[in-house]
Amino acid sequence: TFFCFHSDIYFFNICLEDCLSSLWKHILHSSEQIFLWSDTFQLVSVKLTKAAGQDLEAKELSVVLDGVDASPKCIAFGRETYAFFYLKKKRTTLIIGKDLLNIIKTKSGNNQFACIACHPTEDCIATGHADGKIRLWRNFYHKKDYTFSTLHWHHDTVMDLAFSMEGTSLLSGGVESVLVLWHNESNCQKDFLPRLGSAIEYISMSSDGTLCCTLHTDNRITIINSNLRFSKSIQGLIKSRDVKTGLVVDPRTKALVLNGEPGHLQFYCLQSDQQLFSLDIVQRQYIHQAGLNQADLVKVAFSAQGKWLATVEEREEVTDPELQLKLWLYDEETQSFKLNTRINMPHEDHITDMCFREMDELEDDSLILVTAGRDCVFKVWVMVEDTDPEGSVSWSCDFVGSYHNYQATNCCFSEDGSLLAVSFEETVTVWDSITWDLKCTFCHPPGKIRNICFGRLTCSKYLIGATDYGFLCCWNLLSCALEWSAHLNVLVLQPDPLSEHIAAVSWLSKESSLFVFKPNEPRPIYIQRNLCKEKIQLAAFVPRDEPETIVSEKYHWLRRSQLFFLTDTQELMTLSTKSLEERLTPSSKQLAVEESLPVTPFSLLLGKHRRQQSHEDIDLGKQVHNKHKQDSPAVKELLHTPAHVLPSASFLCPIFINSLLISKENKSAEEVADEVEMESEKTEDDSDEERGVTEMEQEDTSAMELLGEMTRKLSKSQEKELRKIRKMDYSWISAF
Amino acid sequence: MGEFEVHRVRFFGLVPAGVRCLACQPRGGRLALARTDGAVEVYNFAANYFQEKVIPGHETRSVEALCWAAGDRLFGAGLSGDITEYDLALLCAARSVDGCGGPIWSMAANSSGTLLAIGCEDGSVKLFQVVPGGIQFERNLDRRKGRILCLSWHPSDTHIAAGSIDFLRVFDVCSGQTVQRIMVNYHVLKVRRECIVWSIAFLSNGTIVTSDSFGRVQFWDWQRGTLMESHTVSTSAVLSLAVSEEEDSIVVGTSTGATYQFQLLPVKMGSLEKRWVRTKPFQHHTHDVRAVAHSSTALISGGLDAQLVIRPLMEKVQKKGYDAALRKFTFPHRRLVSCARKARLLLFQFSQHLELWRLGSTDETGKDGEVLPLCRMPEHLVQLKSKGPEHIYCSCVSPCGSWIAYSTASRFHLYRVQYEGDGVSIKKVPKVPKLLLPAYQLQFSSDSGSLFVASARGSVHVLQLLEPGGCKHLHTFRPPSGSSEAVYLLASSADGHWLAAVGGDWAIHIYDMKCFKVGAGAGGMTPTSLPPWGAGCQWVQRIGPLPVSHCCIPRAGLGMGLWEEMGGGHRWPRLLPSACCPPALQHHSTVPMYNCAVTALAIHPITNNLVIAYSDQQLFEFSIPEKQYTAWSRMVQNCGLHRVWLERDSPITHITFNPKNPSHILLHDTYMFCVLDKSLPLPDNSALLMNQSTLKQLPETARQRQLHAFKICKKFQPLLYADLLDENCLVMVERPIMDIKTQLPLPIQQKKFGT
Repeated sequence: TFFCFHSDIYFFNICLEDCLSSLWKHILHSSEQIFLWSDTFQLVSVKLTKAAGQDLEAKELSVVLDGVDASPKCIAFGRETYAFFYLKKKRTTLIIGKDLLNIIKTKSGNNQFACIACHPTEDCIATGHADGKIRLWRNFYHKKDYTFSTLHWHHDTVMDLAFSMEGTSLLSGGVESVLVLWHNESNCQKDFLPRLGSAIEYISMSSDGTLCCTLHTDNRITIINSNLRFSKSIQGLIKSRDVKTGLVVDPRTKALVLNGEPGHLQFYCLQSDQQLFSLDIVQRQYIHQAGLNQADLVKVAFSAQGKWLATVEEREEVTDPELQLKLWLYDEETQSFKLNTRINMPHEDHITDMCFREMDELEDDSLILVTAGRDCVFKVWVMVEDTDPEGSVSWSCDFVGSYHNYQATNCCFSEDGSLLAVSFEETVTVWDSITWDLKCTFCHPPGKIRNICFGRLTCSKYLIGATDYGFLCCWNLLSCALEWSAHLNVLVLQPDPLSEHIAAVSWLSKESSLFVFKPNEPRPIYIQRNLCKEKIQLAAFVPRDEPETIVSEKYHWLRRSQLFFLTDTQELMTLSTKSLEERLTPSSKQLAVEESLPVTPFSLLLGKHRRQQSHEDIDLGKQVHNKHKQDSPAVKELLHTPAHVLPSASFLCPIFINSLLISKENKSAEEVADEVEMESEKTEDDSDEERGVTEMEQEDTSAMELLGEMTRKLSKSQEKELRKIRKMDYSWISAF
Repeated sequence: MGEFEVHRVRFFGLVPAGVRCLACQPRGGRLALARTDGAVEVYNFAANYFQEKVIPGHETRSVEALCWAAGDRLFGAGLSGDITEYDLALLCAARSVDGCGGPIWSMAANSSGTLLAIGCEDGSVKLFQVVPGGIQFERNLDRRKGRILCLSWHPSDTHIAAGSIDFLRVFDVCSGQTVQRIMVNYHVLKVRRECIVWSIAFLSNGTIVTSDSFGRVQFWDWQRGTLMESHTVSTSAVLSLAVSEEEDSIVVGTSTGATYQFQLLPVKMGSLEKRWVRTKPFQHHTHDVRAVAHSSTALISGGLDAQLVIRPLMEKVQKKGYDAALRKFTFPHRRLVSCARKARLLLFQFSQHLELWRLGSTDETGKDGEVLPLCRMPEHLVQLKSKGPEHIYCSCVSPCGSWIAYSTASRFHLYRVQYEGDGVSIKKVPKVPKLLLPAYQLQFSSDSGSLFVASARGSVHVLQLLEPGGCKHLHTFRPPSGSSEAVYLLASSADGHWLAAVGGDWAIHIYDMKCFKVGAGAGGMTPTSLPPWGAGCQWVQRIGPLPVSHCCIPRAGLGMGLWEEMGGGHRWPRLLPSACCPPALQHHSTVPMYNCAVTALAIHPITNNLVIAYSDQQLFEFSIPEKQYTAWSRMVQNCGLHRVWLERDSPITHITFNPKNPSHILLHDTYMFCVLDKSLPLPDNSALLMNQSTLKQLPETARQRQLHAFKICKKFQPLLYADLLDENCLVMVERPIMDIKTQLPLPIQQKKFGT
């Protein structure tokens, strides 16, 4: 979460022999020094020697201090190269200067330090505090005579601070979602940019001072002009405080549906990495203040065709929760959901699960919604036609079922909709969905049922359950007996709607593992241990538009749908069958298509200019330069992909470095190609990848030709050269 | 601690007057303060900010400006148009000179204290020369329209800056001409609004600092007439401003009750460029901060909410201790309440009237902390209004409740109160002896037979009260070495033998009244013994209406010879027989000098030990018969008092004793009531001083080990007076701050987040 504007991108190839053991988190650089601090709470300074080349060798390394907070908000660099200011772990001590020039302690209370910024030209430090105050420290070079003034507007913790480039104004932000611009360090002169959507976590100024940008807790970057005018916002998946709804796939758009902004439901398109739309469910104003109990969305369910949407919202109260069940009907005209029925207090206590009966072939009137609650009942809701002449429908309760006064924890329908399984603490009950008779019960004591699901297609006679005692059980519904059980601490149990496969994610010894199995055989067909270090909270199978051809047997189960995970840090992950290079290539193809610009006067001009340049390059035989132009797809991808969806730098670094290397094999291949230029023209060296690339090149040149025809301004010599280019072998490009 | 039945009195409706102006004595340790009712007070920094002198107010004498000149002379000027010099020894207004320019809004003395400049309603600035014995008009400076609201001398005394409405002017003192005129107006959308320059300061580098009604503090270059810096500190007016002597710090006070500090700080380390930066905000007041002062170690502010706040600058204080504590003074450091123990009456002193109340009573008993229902409600018996514009200096009610005495600057009144059933009749005692007025403290003897009147020059008059309603001057005590300062505290012993008096020079004199027993039954005086004074021993006194006489005792047992001054240089010799002459009233001893102000003293009824509390929170016990400190007092001085005790920030204002328990001393300040048990060991610094609540939870054996001499109760706050009625009945007079706030005008409405 390190966040700053770069005027250029520097790559420090840091080789610290004795420090490689610990993970270095942040790098801050001043002109001659780099400060590093790690998760071991050590601040290290590295002295940089001046060197001509890009590679520097830094040998002087000294530990400055121990016990530094790992957050980048806790350290700032001042005007003097040696002056830096940081906060101790407990956040009550401000230490100024390298040789502990001054140590300032806050009284225990609500005024711990939260963030720090240094004035760019003067000796002034601004600190943000947990009580919402900003203190500006001055004269801190004197042990006793230091003084501070206070700016106070925020009512909650000041999350981040940034000085303008001249230091005349100060920006601050916090939970209130308002960016405050303080002029001249005065409490009376301030400007606001309100309604930024969610709490501001980081603020950064561009080096020329024309832009500032804020990073918000909901995973959004807002770019703001220097005159506090909103300019642009960059937003992918919204990070909500807590994903209570689970990962649900909208059957209509195939978008991932989950908690978005507070009280909203976000529809997130996985292919384009953008939010399709946000549906306001709670429809109440959200107050940006910490510690308030506000209504939030907790459960969501779609009917099979996506026509109906059921949502549950609740307001956490200690004594009695405020619950609302809402049913929304998709309106074809407005292409949006419209509220149909609102049910206040559908259950006496929290609703634990909710599902629609998914029966594709049946008509609307067979649609049933089941809710399970902690008040020891499950309720069946059906549509009834209203008496008014318009013939509209609304929902009402049809049946209330309970089992020995146990809390109902999960519910699900079998694939054909004939059976409903409801788990009551340790017991799974199976009900006939027409007569509402209790058919049979299963249990696997000890341990309460955590998840249940029915098998699908060929395995529809099985019911799978996971207990919190660490068992995965498969019951046969025909024999009403336990088919098999496995000792596995399952957190997430997710059936694929398009196949028999069921994915189970376990959490054991601080790592998540994935097991994919078919209910009819007790052996998993795919195991991925150590999927990630974080706890996986949720998973979802998203159906692919068309079944993918997967060669590897191992990944065969991913043919029809793709599996997505959400960790407890709200990182969305997926399981890919291809390597990174492979995945990046197709998108670079897209980029190539992009280059065939629509014909506008500017594009013509641009096309001509580019072509000329490439001709000149070839003329001079500047192979190296040429290579630079034809950047590897990986690098292109690196530069074109939005920063917030890029994988970590450590992951990209080897690819980038590899792309700069000139491999020997290819060079020799090129030489060979040169030698046998005439003959090899038709006998192309066959490899799948190369063919792909040459195809791409041909596309390119044809486009150029097209342009050339249109402009008809190519000289004879240029055409000659063009032909020459066409003859040239570009197979060496494939290496990249 | 012992169990007491406590009368918790909250019907003393005192509303202290707001603070109007403050003046720090240049290079001195005193702060002068003027209140909106015209009262002037002097606080002594060296004596832990003790309120050393009080000059009560006057209806027609408002004070708008105070300043020290020529060392320790204090001048005040106000809307009456007069410049008044205050006599700090006699505690009264000494001389007044008409400024001849209408109401005076501002006054400032030059750095050497030889010239006073006043700013008047008619727009004139006048210079007065300070001469011995008064001031002399010197000349007028250039007069323009517009009242002069504030003035400041340049430290070199060559120029004066004067703030008015919408502009400020700079005068050349030599030529008397206006050399610069700077507009400070404020434009909002082309509408000109009046801008009042409330306060001004002229710095030695030629910078003029102004504070105005638009909440701005502005820094001007006077020669070019340009604005250098402008800081908006408030949405309402900035009313007051003060600069430190080093000119590196400024304190300003606003009408919202907030004060701010400005500091001149280097922009970068080691660079010469400095800038004024607004630093610390303080919100101690609820109403207008009309006056601020900047001492070398503290920021001082006074507001219309009657609070004087002294906020120390931590970086200037060398060690943590008494000086490093924030202190707030709302109530005077002397008693305004007197109590008639036997009659269970309370006399409350207001600025211009007295109220006599009878305490309620109950016939029930209860457990610790229980509130007992009253069977008889407290009763407001009498309200005595003082005539004339002068405010009351002091008042007292006799222990039997039948005498009330009070004094203003020029008059002394004695009343006889008679109780017939539920009715009260009050009768003024005619022909009170003409004493040297004003009286600074009044004290009845414990048998209500005589009245002690503290007077100027260290003297104490003794009046004999006569039935059914008369009085006679008996004697005047004077310190043997003479004194110029007024007596401000008195204490008499229960047996009528001793009288202790403290003057403004902090010397405690003890007088012997042994042969001065006034037997209630005998109705006269009987000399019991005469001291071994030889012939020729002289002292000066006044008897009756006659002026000063000399008298001497020729020989023991023979009586007294004296000269009566008849006027015109004529004297009549007279010999009084010993039976009717005043007995040998004599100076007994002087308590060794201690370099701090005495805040309270009392004589123990049984042991006749004098207990003294000083403003640095030290306690002494002086045995009068033995003329030396007692063993306990020496032990206290050797061991030292508890650190927390010494760091308390309000002085002890009253001491009393429990006759049933001779080792107990009862004392209180504004925030605590303490029973000091001399029989218990003193607490050391590691022990908890205020341990009453923890002691309650301990078992009996552990409690015995934890006990120490100081038993402190902080339940009653702010405490104006506490006294013991009988052995298990206390009266506590409280004045809750909230009750005062409701009496004040509404403060400026401020939007407060979350309300």
